[in-house]
Amino acid sequence: MGLDIAHIRKDFPILRQQVYNKPLIYLDNGATTHKPQVVIDTEREIQEKQNSSIHRGIHYLSEQMTNRYEAARETVRAFINAASVQEIIFTSGATGSINAVAFSFGEKYVGEGDEILISEMEHHSNIVPWQMLCERKKARLKVIPFDEKGELRVEQLDTLLSEKTRIVALTHASNSLGSINPVQEVIRRAHEREIPVLLDGAQMVQHGKVDVRELDCDFYVFSSHKIFGPTGSGVLYGKEALLEDLPPYQGGGDMVDQVTFEKTTYNTLPFKFEAGTMHFTGAIGLAAALEYIRSVGIEEIGRYEQELIRYTRAKLEGIEQLRIYGESENRISVFSFLLDNIHPYDAGMILDKMGIAVRTGTHCTQPVMDHFGISGTIRASMVFYNTMEEIDMLADGIRRTIEMLS
Amino acid sequence: MKNKKMEEFNQIQEDIVEEFSVFDDWLDRYNYLIELGNDLPPIDPKYRTPEYLINGCQSKVWLHADLVDGKLQFKADSDAIIVKGIVALLVKLMNDRTPEEILDNELFFIDGIGLRQNLSPTRSNGLLAMVKKMRLYAMAYQAREQKAKNHE
Repeated sequence: MGLDIAHIRKDFPILRQQVYNKPLIYLDNGATTHKPQVVIDTEREIQEKQNSSIHRGIHYLSEQMTNRYEAARETVRAFINAASVQEIIFTSGATGSINAVAFSFGEKYVGEGDEILISEMEHHSNIVPWQMLCERKKARLKVIPFDEKGELRVEQLDTLLSEKTRIVALTHASNSLGSINPVQEVIRRAHEREIPVLLDGAQMVQHGKVDVRELDCDFYVFSSHKIFGPTGSGVLYGKEALLEDLPPYQGGGDMVDQVTFEKTTYNTLPFKFEAGTMHFTGAIGLAAALEYIRSVGIEEIGRYEQELIRYTRAKLEGIEQLRIYGESENRISVFSFLLDNIHPYDAGMILDKMGIAVRTGTHCTQPVMDHFGISGTIRASMVFYNTMEEIDMLADGIRRTIEMLS
Repeated sequence: MKNKKMEEFNQIQEDIVEEFSVFDDWLDRYNYLIELGNDLPPIDPKYRTPEYLINGCQSKVWLHADLVDGKLQFKADSDAIIVKGIVALLVKLMNDRTPEEILDNELFFIDGIGLRQNLSPTRSNGLLAMVKKMRLYAMAYQAREQKAKNHE
């Protein structure tokens, strides 16, 4: 049985509105997703009834808040099937998580002449933290290229992985090309050389089942706001032994055991990596979002989105002047494209006035744009609350846009 | 004299606002901007360089100004046609004026045609960056004229 999308859409109040007197067609989910009522209610309920500092107070509200925060950690653990809650660190988002690993792992394991391996299709947030690390440690950044279809050239791993490689940081799915990477193969090859792998799941967790133990990745990161949760919150998963081994990346309250001016000892996992008062409403809101997804069914979501992908692709390919960038078959519901010589910004402005929200520009992946020799694309990114009718409207909107601008 | 010039400047702005007010649909307004953009002659390739590029916008805008007989002559272009239409409006308003006229005037047509509220901050920053750059040219030429006068 398929999903009842009309029913699902009722759970997302923002989708009911009109923009410029036209029904909102929101196709910018790669940037951020909307929140179901249950997430909105959870956040409001916390502010109205429970708000209190976690892990500190002995009073009623603080206890309640702490319990909910730790229950949220368990929800995240179950969602990605981590072995224990010690392996789930709450952060400010995927970017925060990657920066944390780049710092902590880099401090401990990266030195002069070492190499960090990323890919050509990374989001800037999985490039720049590693570049900063390389600068600090005089290490080198190496890059796995992708081919004309936007697929990772895994055959190059044999030459790119070396005895100097300290870590591989790779996106699970590309935010601009839509490709799902063959991460298991990359992990297997890296592990043959005992090199850990970080996966950036910011564009994957909302589209299909992620099982970190099955993947056997060493780190996995994602953002709450891209998986229907509150913004400003995210997750860093790390294998317990690895996390245990790494120094903290931020000092502050809650992450310590004993503090004297001579020496400080650190708290145990996961608290060692959670300095200061955490964004507990964000973490609990994220858990509410994950519970919501669980109730819909992530496998069901994945199946429906594959239908949506087929439909979108056929519709877009039916437009003569349209060229898709990123043609991998194994993909998430994200399409980057250009319309003849039309500037993506012009197209985006016109589509916007038809009520269609797309993103234009480089999508924080400038190297991907450089690969194709273009300055940017138009990107339509869908999730399970998007409908085939909306794709029809997009296709019509694109045709009208081309008419206006040619 | 000065007041008369200012009145004329404001009249042009009011005319622009009125021209746009006849369109109730945004797409018609964009169609009009596209027309204006297409009518603006492309800039000389020698000004289509990073030196003349204005930052702050997803699209590229190039702007150059000469002072001819005490009046600024703007040459501008953009790689996005709607932005070029906005550039054309600005050029129409600011062209062939003395630095003083450019610096002493209030720009209200941008708000008047709803461009500011309907372009998100990043976009309208690009628009404001354009206006700022035009004023900078005016200030630079004013300073140069002043200096020349002092030397006389």
